[in-house]
Amino acid sequence: MRINLKVLKTSTFRLAAIYLTVFAISIGAVLSYVYWNTVVLLQDQTNDTIGAEVQGLAEQYRQRGLSGLLEVIKERSKENTGSVYLFTNFVGRRMAGNLDSLPVGAVGNEGWFEFPYSARTQTGREKHIARAYHLELAGGFTLVVGRDVEERRKFAGLIRTALFWALGLAAVFGVSGSLLMSRNFLARIDSISATSRTIMAGDLTGRMPVTGTGDELDRLSLSLNDMLDQIERLMSGMKEISSNVAHDLRTPLTRMRSRVEAALRSNVPGEQRAALETTLVETDQLLVTFNALLSIAKAESGQARAGFTDVDIGELIEEMADLYEPLIEDQEGSLNVHVEPGTKMKADRQLLAQMLTNLIDNVMKYGLDPKTGQPHVELFAGHSAGQVTIYVADKGVGIDEKDHQRVTERFVRLEKSRSAPGNGLGLSLVKGVIELHNGTLNLQDNNPGLKVVMRFNK
Amino acid sequence: MLNPLNTSQEQVHNQYAKQALSMRILIIEDDLEAAGWLSKGLSESGHVTDHASDGETGLALATSEPFDVLIVDRMLPKMDGLEIIRNVRKQGIKTPILILSALSEVDEKVEGLRAGGDDYLAKPYAFSELLARVEGLVRRPDTEPQQTVLLAQDLEMDLLSRKVKRAGQEVLLQPREFKLLEYLMRNAGKVVTRTMLLENVWNYHFDPQTNVIDVHISRLRGKIDKDFDTPILETIRGAGYMIRAHKP
Repeated sequence: MRINLKVLKTSTFRLAAIYLTVFAISIGAVLSYVYWNTVVLLQDQTNDTIGAEVQGLAEQYRQRGLSGLLEVIKERSKENTGSVYLFTNFVGRRMAGNLDSLPVGAVGNEGWFEFPYSARTQTGREKHIARAYHLELAGGFTLVVGRDVEERRKFAGLIRTALFWALGLAAVFGVSGSLLMSRNFLARIDSISATSRTIMAGDLTGRMPVTGTGDELDRLSLSLNDMLDQIERLMSGMKEISSNVAHDLRTPLTRMRSRVEAALRSNVPGEQRAALETTLVETDQLLVTFNALLSIAKAESGQARAGFTDVDIGELIEEMADLYEPLIEDQEGSLNVHVEPGTKMKADRQLLAQMLTNLIDNVMKYGLDPKTGQPHVELFAGHSAGQVTIYVADKGVGIDEKDHQRVTERFVRLEKSRSAPGNGLGLSLVKGVIELHNGTLNLQDNNPGLKVVMRFNK
Repeated sequence: MLNPLNTSQEQVHNQYAKQALSMRILIIEDDLEAAGWLSKGLSESGHVTDHASDGETGLALATSEPFDVLIVDRMLPKMDGLEIIRNVRKQGIKTPILILSALSEVDEKVEGLRAGGDDYLAKPYAFSELLARVEGLVRRPDTEPQQTVLLAQDLEMDLLSRKVKRAGQEVLLQPREFKLLEYLMRNAGKVVTRTMLLENVWNYHFDPQTNVIDVHISRLRGKIDKDFDTPILETIRGAGYMIRAHKP
C-alpha cells in the first residue's frame, strides 16, 4: 500500500493514531499485569512445593536417621516427577539424588537459586532449568531439593510472546485500519471538493455525492445540496431578470438614442429642446423601472429579513388610507377601510408600504369603475389563528383568471392596460415582498373587480 | 420624486437664484463630468463651489477652509466618503454634509447618516432635488426645533396648542395636514421636494407612481390660502413646494 502523505494529515488518521496509542498502552498494561502475576504465582507454588518436600525430608531424617533419609531420596530420585535431589557428604561426594554434583551457583550460599541441569526425558536428556533450595546440614552434609521449572519458564515465555504479538498486531491492524479509514474519508472529502471545484468553475447543476448511509458526511452533503439548490434558483432568477432587463431597458434606451441623434441632426432649435425634454422624462421613467427592479431584487434576495421589526399592519393600512384618501376623493371615488385591532406581524415596514402603494396605484391606473371612471378602493387588515390577512379590492374590470399567474411575472402587461403608464413590475414587487414575508398571494374576482388577498403567518 | 414633465432645469435655477442665500459648497466627487454639471448648476443658483476629486484632497480642503455645505460622494479614490465624514466630525467640524451615492438601499442611507452625514441622496438625482436638499441643510437660527411658535408671513403655527392662524383667523387642520404644514414652515424660504415630504412627513423611502403628495398639498392650500389673494404655499415648478418666510 503506497501511503499518500495527505492521508497522514487527515483528522481521521490523527484520531485513529491517538486511539491506537492509548489502546496499545492499555493492552500492554493488562498483559504485563497478567504476566507478572502469573510468574510470581508459579514461583510461589514452586517454592511451596519445594518447601514442603524439604520439611518432609527433615521429618524422615528425624525419625529414621541418615539411612532413612538417603533411602527416601534414592526412592524419590528414581521417579521422573520433575523434582531434583542431591545429598552430599562433607567432601562433596554424592550420596544420593538425581543430580551429579552440587551446581556451580549453589556453592557457598544457602537458600534459593536457579540453575541449568541435564534432565531425563522420554527421548533422552535435555537441558532444563531447575529451581532449588540449598541446605547445609550438621556433619558437613548438604541437601539440595528442587523442581524442574522449564514448564513454568516456557509458560512465562508464551505469555511474553503473546504480549508482544498482541501489541504488534494491534499496532499493525490499528495503523492499517486508520489508514484505510482515512483513505475512505479522504476519498469522500476529495469527491466533495472536486464537485465544489466544478461548481465554482460555473457548472451550477453539480451536486455533492450522497452515499445514502445518512452519516455525518451525507448530512453535510445534503445541506450543501440544499444550499446549492437555493443558489441555483436565485441564479436562474437572476438570469431571467438580466434578460428581461436587457430587453425592457434597451427598448427605451434605443428610443432615446434615436431621438437624440435625430435632434442633433436637426437645425430647428425648438425641436432640440423638445427632444431634450422628452428624453429627460424618459430617463426618469427608466430610473423608476430600474429602482423597481432593485426593490424586487432586494425583496427576493431575502436579505431584508434580518431587519424585520414588529409592524402594526392595521396602523400601516390606516396610514396608506390617509395617504391616498385625498387623491381618491378628488376623483370622486370611495375608500373603505376595515382594520381589526391588534393586527401585527414581523415585517419590513418600507417594503410592505411599497407593496400596498403599488396595489393602490394599480387600482388608480387599471382598476377604475369602467362605467364612471371612479376608483373604489377597499382595504382590509385582519388576523385569525396566527394568520394575518390583508386585501386590496376594487370595482374595476378585474383580471381574467387565465392571466392570474402571468401578471406577477416581470414586465408582463395585459393588453387592455398597455396604453396606461407603467412598467409591468408592480405586481412582481408585490409578489416578491409577499414571498419575503413567507406569505401567499391570491388574486380573486371581486364581482366585479379585482381582489388581491395576501396571507401571512404572524 | 423625479423631475416632472415640461419644466426645464434652467427655469428652476432662475426661480431659485432670486431668493436663495449664497453658500460656499465643497463638492468631493471623482467623476469630473458629474462634478462639473453639479458645480455649474449650483453656481447658476447663486452658490460658490470648490471641487476635490479624491478623498484625501477632499478631507484636507474640508478641514482647512470654511464651507457652508459639503457634498460627499461615497466611493472615492484614496479615501472612502464615509471615512472623510468621520474624520471631519472627529475634528469637531459641524458643517452640514449631503452624501451622494449610487448605493441607495435604506441600510446604506442609515450607515451614511450614522457616520455623521446630515442627508443622503441616491444617484442619479434630479438637480432640483439636490438643490432643495443642499439648501435645506442650512438651518436658519429662527427655526430651531425647540421653538413653540412657527411664523411665516401672516401664517402662525402654535406647536403646543396645535392651532394654526392665518392673519389672525384660525384655520382648522387634520393631523396629517398639520404635520405637512409644520414641515413646510420649519423649512420656510426653502424648496421642499415631494420626496422630502414623503420621507419626513410620511416616513416612506420610496416614490408612489401617482401624484398623492400633490393632492395633499392642494388640500392644505385649500385651507390656508382659500380666502386670500396671495397664496402662501407656492408650487416651485420642477422642484416642489415652498412657503416663503417673508412677503416677496
